[in-house]
This record gives sequence, C-alpha cells and structure tokens, in this order.
Amino acid sequence: MMKRDQCFRVLASHCPDDVVVAVYSSAFDWVRIRPHALNYFAVGAMGLASSHALGLALGQPGRRIIVLDGDGSLLMNLGSLVTVAAVAPGNFYHFLCENGTYEANGAHPIPARDKVDFSGLARAAGYPNVHRFEELGSFGRDIAAVLAEPGPVFVDLKLVPGESAPADYDSLYAASRRDAFRQALGPAR
Amino acid sequence: MTARPANPLATITGPPPSGPSIIAALKDAKVGIVLSVPDIVTSAGLLFPIAGDAGFRLIRVCKEDEAVGISAGLSYSAERAILLIQYTGLLDSINAVRAVAVGYKMPIVFMVGLLEKEPGVPPSQSALYGIRIVEPILEAMGIEHHLIETQADVVRIRPAIEAAYSLSRPTVLLIGQRPLAS
Repeated sequence: MMKRDQCFRVLASHCPDDVVVAVYSSAFDWVRIRPHALNYFAVGAMGLASSHALGLALGQPGRRIIVLDGDGSLLMNLGSLVTVAAVAPGNFYHFLCENGTYEANGAHPIPARDKVDFSGLARAAGYPNVHRFEELGSFGRDIAAVLAEPGPVFVDLKLVPGESAPADYDSLYAASRRDAFRQALGPAR
Repeated sequence: MTARPANPLATITGPPPSGPSIIAALKDAKVGIVLSVPDIVTSAGLLFPIAGDAGFRLIRVCKEDEAVGISAGLSYSAERAILLIQYTGLLDSINAVRAVAVGYKMPIVFMVGLLEKEPGVPPSQSALYGIRIVEPILEAMGIEHHLIETQADVVRIRPAIEAAYSLSRPTVLLIGQRPLAS
C-alpha cells in the first residue's frame, strides 16, 4: 500500500500543468500538493468525476485530463467505465484511489472491498491500458511511461491515507475556483 | 432563481413536431454533441436520424447523470451539447441536476421525452403521475423549461438553447408528442 500524499507528490512531479479532476479526500490532498488553477473540483454529485473529465477531454483535446477518482465514487458510476472506453479519448487518464472505504463519510468500507477487482472492471469495460500499483517505488519508476501511453488509461492505486490535508469543502467548491479554471483554460476553442 | 409559471405560451393542439425541424433547430443553435440514453418518444424522429447525421457527434451514455457531468465538462469549451433522454431518466438524475446544473449555474440543455403523455394534454393534467410531477419539480428547482408539443413550438428551441448558453443556466425542453421522422 502507498500513502496517498506520497503517491500524489510523485504524480504531481509528472503533471505540473495538466487538468486534474479530483474528489473528496484525494482532492484535499491534491490541492495542497499541487495548488493550480487547472484543478477541477466542481464534480457536484458523487460519482461523476470521470464524466466531468470525459467532457473536458472531448472539449480540450490538446490537454491531458487526469482524474483522481475514489473507489466508492466509481461504484456510483460504474457505467462511466463503459462510456469512456466507448468514446476512447486519447487524453484521458483515470486514476482510481482505492482505499476500500468511504473515507470522507467515516471510513466505512465499500461493498465487497476484499473481492472487487477495479482493474478487472476497467479492462472488461474496454480500457485498452490498465495498470495497478501497490508500491511507491514501482509507481515512481513507471508513471512516466504510463502517462506517455495513449488514453484512455486506467490506473488502480492501492492507497492508505498519509498525511491528510484538512477537509475544507467551502474552499474546494468555491465559485472562484470554477472561474479561475475557466480563465486558465483560455478562450473557448 | 424564482419559480416560473408553466408554459403559458405552449400550443397544445396541432400537428406533432417534425423531427427534421427539431434537428435543424439544434444545428441552428450550434449543438454538435448529443448525449443520449434511448427514449421511446424521440427514438424514431430524433435519435435515429441524429445517429446517422455527420453533423452531430452522438455519445451513448449508460445513465443520465453521466451525461450531466459530461455536458458540464464540455461547457468549458466551445462545444455545445444536449442531453436526449426520457423523463424517467431526468427524474433519476435529479441530484446531479441539482448540484451541477443548478448549483453551478451550468448551461446544460435537456431534451426530454414525456413517455406516454396523452397528445394535446398539458403535462400538468396528464393522467400519469410521473408526467404530472415533471413541470412542478422543474419549477421548484427554478429550471427554465419549455413544452415542445406541436410543430408550432419548434421555433422556441433555438432561442432556449441560445439563452441557456448566454446566461449559463440549465434548460429543459419537454417533448410532448413523438416527433415525426419526416
């Protein structure tokens, strides 16, 4: 298992200016590690991160779109795996932060956490490139190559909380963040 | 946003809308992407023609709330999209509509088939409970909505979409009768 903050520090070093869609505990950790106007937290409803990201990927084909999804979140929108695989955006990188719990809601376990195989689900849905990392060393060694693959790419990260950032929802969902995101993207193309 | 009265301008009697005229209105409004879960009301007159029309990119989604998220992401680009769904799917996706479309003031446009609504009968007077509650729910949520019941209503589609994007707000176009395929 990797500590989430350590894993994100490695990831952030490889995507300094990419669009990143992140949710819940991952979002709080991510924004502390990589504060940036191109962070997108306006997912609104649990489970929709990959769907927002798919829209961003279609509308911003020249940018790499990275999703930091949760396992509980993905379970609420499993169909999105099929939709993303069908659309097959080449700039779509779907990272699953698998900790086996609804961490933000009291760390209750997700259903079947000792049985469900998220990599297998992604592969069966049609993602052509699927990876799974449990150790920080192998993640650090391989992440550059993973991000060089054409999307859609699915990366299952087996994580535990590390040094967690405080949960400031008001800041995360502020309208000013959405405005800053739109400005950072530049004029609509 | 305040609740609005239900469609005082809707023409409730008249010929069904033609599918080609609705499709032309979508193109006039610069809609290029259609996100869809199949709907019986709009299947023959809209979805099949759109699927074969090179002027649109049709993305088939598994569930309607997915399409809310996709459309929100697209709204940061110049791409305009509509959701082509059934009212049952609209009801199923209400939390996403609440949070994303209304809460974030997103230009998300829904074209919603009113499955089994009686032709010529206002939705609020339908014998079907599911149909009767659609407009009151939209009004309670403060969502702009228009009934497209007859051919005379088609003219309202383009301005409704233009307003959704210029004012950055959700809009629902309720399709009351099956659009004719030709």
